[in-house]
Amino acid sequence: MIGSPRARRTATLLVCYGIVGAFMVFFLFPPYWMALTSLKTNQEIESLEGIPLIIQQGATLKHYRDLFTKTDFLVYLKNSVLVTVPTVLVSMVISVMAAYALSRLGFLGAGVIGTGVFLVYLVPDSLLFIPLFKVIGGLGLLNSKWSLLVVYPTAIVPFCTWLLIGYFASIPRELDEAALVDGANHFQMLVRIFLPVAVPGLIAATIFAFTVSWSGFLYPLAFIYSSSEQVLTAGTVTSLIKGDVYHWGGLMAGALLASLPPVLLYAFLMDYYISGLTAGSTKA
Amino acid sequence: MAQVLMKDLNKKYDEVHAVKDVNLHVRDKEFIVLVGPSGCGKSTTLRMVAGLEEITAGEITIGDRVVNDLPPKDRDIAMVFQNYALYPHMTVYDNMAFGLKMRKFPKAEIAKRVGDAAEILGIQELLRRKPRQLSGGQRQRVAVGRAIVRHPQVFLFDEPLSNLDAKLRVQMRVELKRLHDRLETTAIYVTHDQVEAMTLGDRVVVMKDGWIQQVGEPLELYSKPANRFVAGFIGSPAMNFMDVAVTDAGGALWVESNGLRVKVPPVHAGRLGAYRGQHVTLGIRPEDLRVATGADSGDYAFDTVVDVVEPLGSEILLDLKAGDHALVARVEPTVRVKEHEQLRLALQPERLHFFDLKTELSI
Repeated sequence: MIGSPRARRTATLLVCYGIVGAFMVFFLFPPYWMALTSLKTNQEIESLEGIPLIIQQGATLKHYRDLFTKTDFLVYLKNSVLVTVPTVLVSMVISVMAAYALSRLGFLGAGVIGTGVFLVYLVPDSLLFIPLFKVIGGLGLLNSKWSLLVVYPTAIVPFCTWLLIGYFASIPRELDEAALVDGANHFQMLVRIFLPVAVPGLIAATIFAFTVSWSGFLYPLAFIYSSSEQVLTAGTVTSLIKGDVYHWGGLMAGALLASLPPVLLYAFLMDYYISGLTAGSTKA
Repeated sequence: MAQVLMKDLNKKYDEVHAVKDVNLHVRDKEFIVLVGPSGCGKSTTLRMVAGLEEITAGEITIGDRVVNDLPPKDRDIAMVFQNYALYPHMTVYDNMAFGLKMRKFPKAEIAKRVGDAAEILGIQELLRRKPRQLSGGQRQRVAVGRAIVRHPQVFLFDEPLSNLDAKLRVQMRVELKRLHDRLETTAIYVTHDQVEAMTLGDRVVVMKDGWIQQVGEPLELYSKPANRFVAGFIGSPAMNFMDVAVTDAGGALWVESNGLRVKVPPVHAGRLGAYRGQHVTLGIRPEDLRVATGADSGDYAFDTVVDVVEPLGSEILLDLKAGDHALVARVEPTVRVKEHEQLRLALQPERLHFFDLKTELSI
């Protein structure tokens, strides 16, 4: 079947939009369901009547009010911020320095170490948390949010290092050489040349570090058992599931609010990320 | 201002011996050009002078200091790279000022030097721009500016013009020459382009396979090439080479092969005598051939068949066949010939070149 170019273009576009549409429904349904449920009254959530995809018995903010007044949600939020910000900072500093050393200093075994770093990342949390429990216990950090500041970088640093090695490798060597001739030492080269040039890579790595740290669930669940030390992910779940009673409205309200910071971060940094990609470094 | 001395310089990578026993004395204020095909070791040599490659063996002296173990920043050199290597996130001003900032120059001095360099290079209007907002020629100017603000003892240029289009390259070549006349800083310049080498260099170093083939002033390389490689590399179109036999007839030496018989001119007869009965390589530059007239001696003329005519306006390049040999002649634009026509050519006897067949050295 051969139509005119215009008809074929339209048909192709329709197929593309169809596929994109299907994916959008698939991926946006959970957040929609979260928002929907968080606004329903308990009666409607538990009702077996009517259409569950819309609010029929009137919207309510009760779950949000309860979340802030009857649970430790704000404490969890504060703890999440207190854990995530230093985790991201520490992880990025280590990753940047490791990636620079591995990609540029050219010491013996740099390649093997680079690969090794990435392999470490492949060990899943669900295996690591058992031995790490002993380590955290030994450090006296059990039931402290600071335990997360120790364990999260073990997952973040390998991946970010690997990601940044790739990014640094794309920076032309002539740029280092020009800086060397200009009189920069390694630290100045890293801070004044590499970091500004690698901004898109740094942002990608930061987003990853933030996401891992913000959304980590297993480690806080395993290492922390006081409400005052708990973070958002585990805290919301543990305080709103009592035995076999699920406070769906509150759970959904908490989940929705907890997922906002990453969404905002992505929305804000994506523009920056893309504009960074278009910067020319050497040739036209 | 300084001289640069390279003594028995060698560079070995795992498998490759890139630079072999290079001995070179770059005089103070001299503009020296290293030229050769890719992989000849010219860039590696330059990078060893810069301190960007370790020296396997030998010694480099800049001024009166041995610099083998000095990092690039302490060698008092400035380098211009092929890809410009401008810092993409900095303005033109900051690019040029970076080296001075690293050396903790006072702000006023930096501003003055950058201003002076920008004026010399005609880029005052561009100081606030980023490299990506510049054309190729402008970027190259900034890269040169970054080098000259430092007032180094030696400039190192690593194929700085090869990313520019042909017209711009000619223009920048002239500017670089003017700049060197003005600054009088010792310069080492690497290129694979023999025209750049000939026009820029006070002296030219021809390299191949890691060895220096010949060092000399441009015209010396052209008129007295040390070996077949230099003879073929310098000059465009390249020298014609023919395998010929040296024979003795009527009390004079001749060189001949199928379709070609030329008397050996007296200047060469002495040295070529030893090759009597053997084969040598005859070299004739295209510009040393012309269309023969009746007045030309038969000793220095031969018949050819025109294969291809390339009229260039100011001259005509003729691809010809003389017996088995293919050769190129560069003739007056007034010559009227067509393809497949017979054409008798005369040559300049005193400008013939002869090379040993085995050693390829000039005879």
